[in-house]
Amino acid sequence: MKITLSNITAYKKWLNKENKPLSLAAKDLAAHAAEINKDVRSFIAIDPDVITNRALSLEKQTKRGSLWGVPVALKDNICIKGGLTTCGSRILEGFRPPYNATVATKLQAAGALLMGRANMDEFAFGSSCETSCYGPTRNPRDLSRIPGGSSGGSCAAVAAAQVVAALGSDTGGSVRQPASLCGVVGLKPTYGRVSRFGLVAFASSLDQIGPVTTNVEDCARMLEVISGHDAKDSTSVDINVPEYTASLERDIKDVTIGIPKEYFTCGISKDVSRRVQEAIKALKGLGAKIVDVSLPHTKYAVSCYYIIAPAEASSNLARYEGVHYGRRSAHAEDLIEMYIASRNEGFGAEAKRRILLGTYALSSGYYDAYYLKAQKVRTKIADDFRAVFTACDCILTPTSPTTAFKIGERIDDPLKMYLSDIFTIPANLAGLPAISVPCGEDKSGLPVGLQFMAGPFKEEMLIRVAHAYERSR
Amino acid sequence: MPMNGAGRQQSQQFVVLGESLKTGESMDKKGKYETVVGLEVHVQLATKTKVFCSCSTRFGAEPNTQVCPVCLGQPGVLPVLNKEAFMCSLKIAIALGCDIQESMKFDRKNYYYPDLPKNYQISQFDMPLAYAGEVRITLEDGQEKRIGITRAHMEEDAGKLIHDPGGMCSYVDLNRTGTPLLEIVSEPEIRSPEEAHEYLVALKRIIKYLGVSDCNMAEGSLRCDANISLREKGRSKLGSKVEIKNMNSFKAVRDALFYEEERQAEVLDEGGTIKQETRLWDEEKNVTSSMRAKEESHDYRYFPEPDLVPFDISPHLVQKIRDNLPELPAARRERFKKKYNLDWYDVGVLTSEKEIADFFESVTVLTEPRSACNWIKGEIMMHMNERSAGIFELNIEPGYLAKIICMVRDGIISNLAAKDVLRECIERGKDPADIVEQKGLLQVSDKGELELIVDEVITVNEKTVNDLKNGKENALGFLIGQVMRKTKGKANPKLTGEILRKKIKG
Repeated sequence: MKITLSNITAYKKWLNKENKPLSLAAKDLAAHAAEINKDVRSFIAIDPDVITNRALSLEKQTKRGSLWGVPVALKDNICIKGGLTTCGSRILEGFRPPYNATVATKLQAAGALLMGRANMDEFAFGSSCETSCYGPTRNPRDLSRIPGGSSGGSCAAVAAAQVVAALGSDTGGSVRQPASLCGVVGLKPTYGRVSRFGLVAFASSLDQIGPVTTNVEDCARMLEVISGHDAKDSTSVDINVPEYTASLERDIKDVTIGIPKEYFTCGISKDVSRRVQEAIKALKGLGAKIVDVSLPHTKYAVSCYYIIAPAEASSNLARYEGVHYGRRSAHAEDLIEMYIASRNEGFGAEAKRRILLGTYALSSGYYDAYYLKAQKVRTKIADDFRAVFTACDCILTPTSPTTAFKIGERIDDPLKMYLSDIFTIPANLAGLPAISVPCGEDKSGLPVGLQFMAGPFKEEMLIRVAHAYERSR
Repeated sequence: MPMNGAGRQQSQQFVVLGESLKTGESMDKKGKYETVVGLEVHVQLATKTKVFCSCSTRFGAEPNTQVCPVCLGQPGVLPVLNKEAFMCSLKIAIALGCDIQESMKFDRKNYYYPDLPKNYQISQFDMPLAYAGEVRITLEDGQEKRIGITRAHMEEDAGKLIHDPGGMCSYVDLNRTGTPLLEIVSEPEIRSPEEAHEYLVALKRIIKYLGVSDCNMAEGSLRCDANISLREKGRSKLGSKVEIKNMNSFKAVRDALFYEEERQAEVLDEGGTIKQETRLWDEEKNVTSSMRAKEESHDYRYFPEPDLVPFDISPHLVQKIRDNLPELPAARRERFKKKYNLDWYDVGVLTSEKEIADFFESVTVLTEPRSACNWIKGEIMMHMNERSAGIFELNIEPGYLAKIICMVRDGIISNLAAKDVLRECIERGKDPADIVEQKGLLQVSDKGELELIVDEVITVNEKTVNDLKNGKENALGFLIGQVMRKTKGKANPKLTGEILRKKIKG
């Protein structure tokens, strides 16, 4: 059985040629994904019956949408009605949401075949996909290495051709960093572009759902489907969704690309630096204007993020205590003990660390010094971008300072782990769209990613630039 | 002292108004201390749906039947502000003369409790809807006093815990979770338990006039916590305050404050100090007892609610609402005074509740305001007290009362018979005209018939007749009474008097 999952167009051609009911093709797709999963472990679970049933209901769709029959993986923090959703955490053991995330509804309306639950760092806390209670996902390019995180399962599943596309969530780089490390395309939309309804919250002011695909064109297709205002999400913005695929082919001679010097200092591996320099050259060759810019507050981004994100997370995760759903400890005599025991048994080490950090940052007497100050820094970082975007249309940086590291290499060193997201965090703090596209390999053959960032709701331009670059390679 | 027998807020209000407030007395007893009270009132807004989801807010449904993923705080769901809840809040804040803010935001108040599924409450911390309003109350000497409102902010209600009497388990009912609340915080400008009571009565009256809340303390649609401290008279520095919770009626608020006033005075008199703490009112034992000390108080870790965007309040909207507010109690009192020419006491009684005022105005469409007022103050309120019912729960249409009043005016029935008719009306919900006919209460206004009866009365009451002849006017009343007795109250008293006078005095 030969299944073509290299991109949406190729897959659709294959599906057409197969000329059999989607429910039958779905069985093959499930088996294929399960086979690969033995090594990669990108999925927490693949349930052939559930997938077949979903295919059967797609067969009944009279109007066939742009993603009809396309197998898509969803990160396990995106709710599908009636399906298990655990966020890679013991504390949500057995939880089945009685509602769909808005993106799940939109994907199904467009015909996408939802394949199941992609592995992730517990509650998206991590950059390596190692903190999942289901164990780590492996990088398909080198099984001894991490796929990046926290949307490691989504990116590995696309890179390993278990699915054609996936959705991840990006709070500080959780779509872009694993996309970079797995050699696929990952986009974080502008904050408010995609509804967060049904995305289990990590840090509500930073979270955004984004597509993971093998190429930029598919990324545009996915974004077209999932974008748009949602009455159920007050932070989703009510502005028109452009047809992102329409302007793909346009050249980029009108585009000015800024190179921020703060992103090219220490900590970047030589190979990453070399690949990015080559990319700059290639973009020049395509007619883009390259200018040097400065984002002076970049150096505060990681510390600022590690105040705001855990602070929001500590509050968002307060609801998991075993009273209403999820795991309830059997070893408790009274209410307080039940809270403590359920949370102690349910959360992993990194989740506990972040809850503690966030609770501390919000505590009376520390609020001004930490949370309030971090909010002010956040404003400064956003101001930096606003200023820079008067001089250029988009910004180019490496996505991650290094390529994929070994499983276990950084898990005991949170600071080192946190620095994996040093280049991706600013876009979340400023609410800006950013995309990571593959830009070659290091000398061990591991993928390097190139990041473009743009002003709010400039996804169309971002996709056009990324597409032009991708074409030139 | 006000009468509280009915145990019902509505019936207390109008009684309280006319009574003298014994503020001075309680103060004298405490001698050297001045009492400082601030109240925090939570008002449940009478919206159809909850504040951040579309569940019903109906009271009294089966537990956990009015819930959805949003108010249950399930993973991944998001709150969306109910515009109606915002409008209700805005109306109250405007009616209280508050300074409406140009923009407001919501914050999370973090604490763990099983009736709070998210373990944080969406509330407003440093950018509330409104600051700086006022409620005006009337003191015992008739003077008006202004009690300042510090702020008013929106928040969501929590659920309810029902504890198993055996103590083995607790049940959680989340129907109330997410019901919209407006918290109204007063300045510490209340100086006695009576003033606190008056403040609550006046506040409730305003909100009821707006029609945005039931303000039913028994059902929990109005809740009140009180802060009380004592300081030596003449001092400006506030003493340590004690917060009192768990008061389920306006009376309980006053009683708890009386108790606490006395308790604190005793502690201070004995040279002790007041511990800053939260105390619970025990309605059965009539005491407060310590719930938690200040050191044990929560750190709520407030921070801006990232799931809701800051909200701009347009000055145009504020103006529009201000222009369209219904008539408020103060304005209605002025109008009643002017339009119906009643004294302030009567005006106070009639406007004590919006429903009573509305009822009165419906009756006066068909009858004289004076008699409408007398009937409402007297008979109607007696029936309300008897039944602990609101005026519209009495099951009597204003038109029926007007009919009764007109029948008395026109001499069709006597005043005495009219009271029976009213009772019958209330009990059976029948048309007064039918009752009069069925019970044969039609007044005897036939001159010939009455003359015969008068003659009989004159014959058997020779002494009284002579008294009247000699100028003892009160003898006439006795004779009319005798005629009434013979006619079983159906004689037209005016006509009877005229005939008697004519026959005796010539």
